[in-house]
Amino acid sequence: MNDTLLLAAEAATKEGFFTQYMWLVPLLPFLSFLAIAFFGRRLPGKGHSVGIAAIVIAWVLSMLGFIELASGNAAVQKLWTWFDLEASLELSFGMHFDFLAGIMFVVVTTISMLVQIYSTGYMHDDKRYTWFYAVLSLFTASMLFLVIANNLMMMFVGWEGVGICSYLLIGHYWEEKDNSSAAIKAFITTRVGDVSLLFGIFALFLLGGTFDITELNHLAEEGEIAGTGLTIAALLLFGGAVGKSAQFPLYVWLPDAMAGPTPVSALIHAATMVVAGIYLVGRMFVVFEHAGAALDIVAIIAALTMLLAAVLALVQDDIKKVLAYSTISQLAYMMAALGVGAYTAAIFHLFTHAFFKALLFLGAGSLIHAVHSNNMSDMGGLRKFMPHTFKTFIIGSLALAGIFPLAGFFSKDEIIGEALRAASEGRQVAAWIVLVSALVTAFLTALYMTRACVKTFWGDYRGHGTPHESPGSMVTPLWFLAGASIVVGFLGFPVIGPFKEWITVPGHEHAGFSTLYNIILPIASVALAFGAIALGVLLFHRNRFRYDARSGPFGWAYRFAEHRYYLDDLYLKGIVRPVQYKLARAAYWFNQHILDGVVNGAGSGTLGAARGAYYLDQHVVDSTINGAAGLTGYSGGLLRYIQSGNVQRYAAVLFAAIALFVGVFALT
Amino acid sequence: MSWVEDWAVTVATFLPLVGAIVLLFLPSAREGLVKLVGSLFAGGTLLAALAVVVAFDYGHSDRIQLGVNERWIPQIGANYHVGVDGLSLPLLVLSALVCFLCTIYLWWHVPAPGKAKALFALVLLLETGMNGSFIALDLVLFFIFFELVLVPMYFMIGIWGGPRREYAAVKFFLYTLFGSIFLLLGFLALWLQSGSQTFDMLALRDSGGSELFQNVVFLGLFIGFAVKVPMWPFHTWLPDAHTEAPTVGSVLLAAILLKLGTYGFIRIALPILPDAAVTFAPLIGILAVISIIYGSLCCFAQTDLKRLIAFSSVGHMGFVMLGISTLTDRGINGAIFGMVAHGLITGMLFFLAGSMHERYHTREISALGGVLQQIPKFGSVFAYAAIASLGLPGLAGFWGEMLALLGSYQPGAGLSEELFRVLMVGGGIGTVLTAGYLLWTIQRVNLGRVPEKFAAGTGISDVHGLEWVAWAPLLVLIVVGGFYPNLVLGVTSDAVRDLVGLFG
Repeated sequence: MNDTLLLAAEAATKEGFFTQYMWLVPLLPFLSFLAIAFFGRRLPGKGHSVGIAAIVIAWVLSMLGFIELASGNAAVQKLWTWFDLEASLELSFGMHFDFLAGIMFVVVTTISMLVQIYSTGYMHDDKRYTWFYAVLSLFTASMLFLVIANNLMMMFVGWEGVGICSYLLIGHYWEEKDNSSAAIKAFITTRVGDVSLLFGIFALFLLGGTFDITELNHLAEEGEIAGTGLTIAALLLFGGAVGKSAQFPLYVWLPDAMAGPTPVSALIHAATMVVAGIYLVGRMFVVFEHAGAALDIVAIIAALTMLLAAVLALVQDDIKKVLAYSTISQLAYMMAALGVGAYTAAIFHLFTHAFFKALLFLGAGSLIHAVHSNNMSDMGGLRKFMPHTFKTFIIGSLALAGIFPLAGFFSKDEIIGEALRAASEGRQVAAWIVLVSALVTAFLTALYMTRACVKTFWGDYRGHGTPHESPGSMVTPLWFLAGASIVVGFLGFPVIGPFKEWITVPGHEHAGFSTLYNIILPIASVALAFGAIALGVLLFHRNRFRYDARSGPFGWAYRFAEHRYYLDDLYLKGIVRPVQYKLARAAYWFNQHILDGVVNGAGSGTLGAARGAYYLDQHVVDSTINGAAGLTGYSGGLLRYIQSGNVQRYAAVLFAAIALFVGVFALT
Repeated sequence: MSWVEDWAVTVATFLPLVGAIVLLFLPSAREGLVKLVGSLFAGGTLLAALAVVVAFDYGHSDRIQLGVNERWIPQIGANYHVGVDGLSLPLLVLSALVCFLCTIYLWWHVPAPGKAKALFALVLLLETGMNGSFIALDLVLFFIFFELVLVPMYFMIGIWGGPRREYAAVKFFLYTLFGSIFLLLGFLALWLQSGSQTFDMLALRDSGGSELFQNVVFLGLFIGFAVKVPMWPFHTWLPDAHTEAPTVGSVLLAAILLKLGTYGFIRIALPILPDAAVTFAPLIGILAVISIIYGSLCCFAQTDLKRLIAFSSVGHMGFVMLGISTLTDRGINGAIFGMVAHGLITGMLFFLAGSMHERYHTREISALGGVLQQIPKFGSVFAYAAIASLGLPGLAGFWGEMLALLGSYQPGAGLSEELFRVLMVGGGIGTVLTAGYLLWTIQRVNLGRVPEKFAAGTGISDVHGLEWVAWAPLLVLIVVGGFYPNLVLGVTSDAVRDLVGLFG
């Protein structure tokens, strides 16, 4: 570990001061995890002070590092040897801090900081308050470790680290079996993807001879690694992203993950961890570009996912599940952008989405905190009781719906524009599919958010007691995120926004934002969103079309959606339960009756033979030939001793056997 | 340091035997003294093993170091040839550590029917057998140590075991003895085949012989070691032995004894008969993956916590064997790492199962629940060990599995890539199943509410001082191994490269 090897990453420009120390950013929350886990109850604020202090410092460092990058300092790579099986495998432990990592650092530390502040209010009465802060810190450390990793194996370690933290936090209220089951579902479903990811990492390692991300991208760019092998490797990597970023067919875990505390849903299951899959494909983007049909498959899977999830968001009563399906749908938006080659737009949407989705989740948490229910049927009319939550939630909803000039508008339009460009250039059939489903999804998004807002804030209050606005510790982060949701979009303002300068495809000179940007597309998409909002108001507020969705002409479709397309049932009843119970019992039955039957049979067979021999000896042989009886009697007795469990006799057996085998071998 | 050079390895092996003899002369009534002396000898052995660690030259871990080679039974050419290299050093240290921790654990509680003196003496005798197996470089010497292990374990299960202890003890003894006979047969055949009539492992390296001879002898060694590992379908002694054994017996069985089998493959079968190893590798790989999946499936069907952990060993040792069967640098390094990791993690899990039994007087998973609520530190340690066992990166369980799977992606020695890729996928499915049953076990045992009959909580205390002392080294090493795999790989890699060089 000592032989530090400094790579001149991009030798052209000077290196900044803070960017050298970006490895401190994941280390700080990790140290705070250790401190809280071991000494938490004795620390000020039952541990939250340490957690918040660490994340604030990490946030400041991340901002400084990012500012250094933005002011023209070079990306930084540092390596230490992790382990080295000389000839066959060398693994480094390294950091790679560039714009992509920098953006992620800003997102992760910002949201984590706000969530930790918010949780001092939201989790105030929780009996595992200290532990909650410990795991939040560990999660943040793992996520930052994943982001800064310079190689895929290290990234995998962070990847699984965030997975286990997600498991621990989803199951935070583990007294209820449903919650711990949701945690297991999340871990196992994503692990299916993780196995695929691991194999993808192997495949790339054996193609390119390295785990290093920059080198692998470079090798793909140069055509050193290519062909079917590369396509398979990329698709295996994508399998990991499908699990973590909740794409079809592995998205089923994310809605259940809402069993965790709401701040966790905001941090992990909306803003940061679930975008790890997007980050992975983004990191390996050059590999994907050169991997044949891989990007087309990414695009098509994503196009399908965004529609499936948006429809499901429309039929939920639990407000967190609306947001969960919305997250799946928006992740698919990002993935689809990558699929059509819109790298910058995808990362931009990741960036903006983190703010407004975290805002919506924390807002939902504020509502849940007030009415003690997740269900929108227990809410209604809350705009009068909770003005701050109301205003910020509306800002978040408009941002998600893509209304000008909020953040979602810029990023979403960029993706639609890029899809149109890709489609019109005749590059891909997949681009057309993405374009159509992105437009439909934009419409559905505005519709389901209108439904959610109407059901929570308008009409009459349907819950119990009198709801109150949440305390300052919770409202302040809401306003901060609302402010961010308004302004961050301008970073990607067409032509003049700096985002396209920051995030460029590695190795590409001019693949920034679309130069074809025109005025018609954004107007059309905003009109689409307004249309959806108007329709939503008519449907859900004015209740204009008085018909029951369940019994209407599309009742079957409604019921189909209500049952989550039966996909969860298929997995649970078709795979999990049969393996867990039927197949497992069959294997164990085989073990006890067949395999062990042979063993026990051999034992009792030997015993029977010994008894038989002894019987023969005593009653048949003995009465005729006395001389021969001695030997048989001895062997019968010996076999009986075998079964006696008398260890002293085993030596005799052993020596007899040795003598026999030596004799056999000596003769042959 | 010359004293260490000549004696450290021998002391690390025979000091426990001396301790066992000393214990026999102590009055059994003075239990405290017996425990102290027993632990002092185990501690002294650990110090001797650490002296080996210090004296070892890591730049040449492919060479036998601190070796002693004295004539022993000249009539048959058997020598007292001992020493350590990169393959054996990690296991020797693991054995010395775990034995010492077991003696510490016994301070707290000697299981019924008591007899601390006898139990400590057996643990020490067992340690001599295990350590001796790891340092022996002569087949006769190895065989004696390998067999010596059976006797104390037999008595440990037979006297301190659970209700079906006699069945389990006899089954354990006879089944492994059955395997040993084939092993001995193989050793004798090698002796006859070698021109110089030697039992020396180094002299027998790549010993040649006709293809038929090699394969037949390998088959013998294979059966002998496969029973010990144990590999499917020779594993059925294991769940019974584990279920019935007292806690320290289970810990030693899982942490060290099973490794004698896998170590035997790496130390004896592979280097002496490399061509036959190439022939048998696909079979071993297939059986290894069957062990992984089958072991995991059986875990789902268990109702007894200890038996579940026993079956999980079948799966984990399957990963070790998969690594070996790839005949690659990566796979075999991974196998040794996997052995050490399994020793730490599963040893820890058996400690926990034992301590849980002491607290709740049951190991029935369906009767347990809410452990994390009732005794949070204990529950946290249990969750930690179980999560380590499912191979989470950052903890020790990961690297062995990962390297075994990576080895399978590109097997060595011209083995079929198609077959081994299928095996890799099988292993991958195994990791999902492993995560499934372990998380399910955590859910049933650790989470939820405390069952009514335990709610009064009499006698149910959280982790106490002696348990912390016995467990802390394992808990720390599990995370150190996860973050700093060089701890083991740095020692093994040269020796493994040397070994892999033998496969065409």
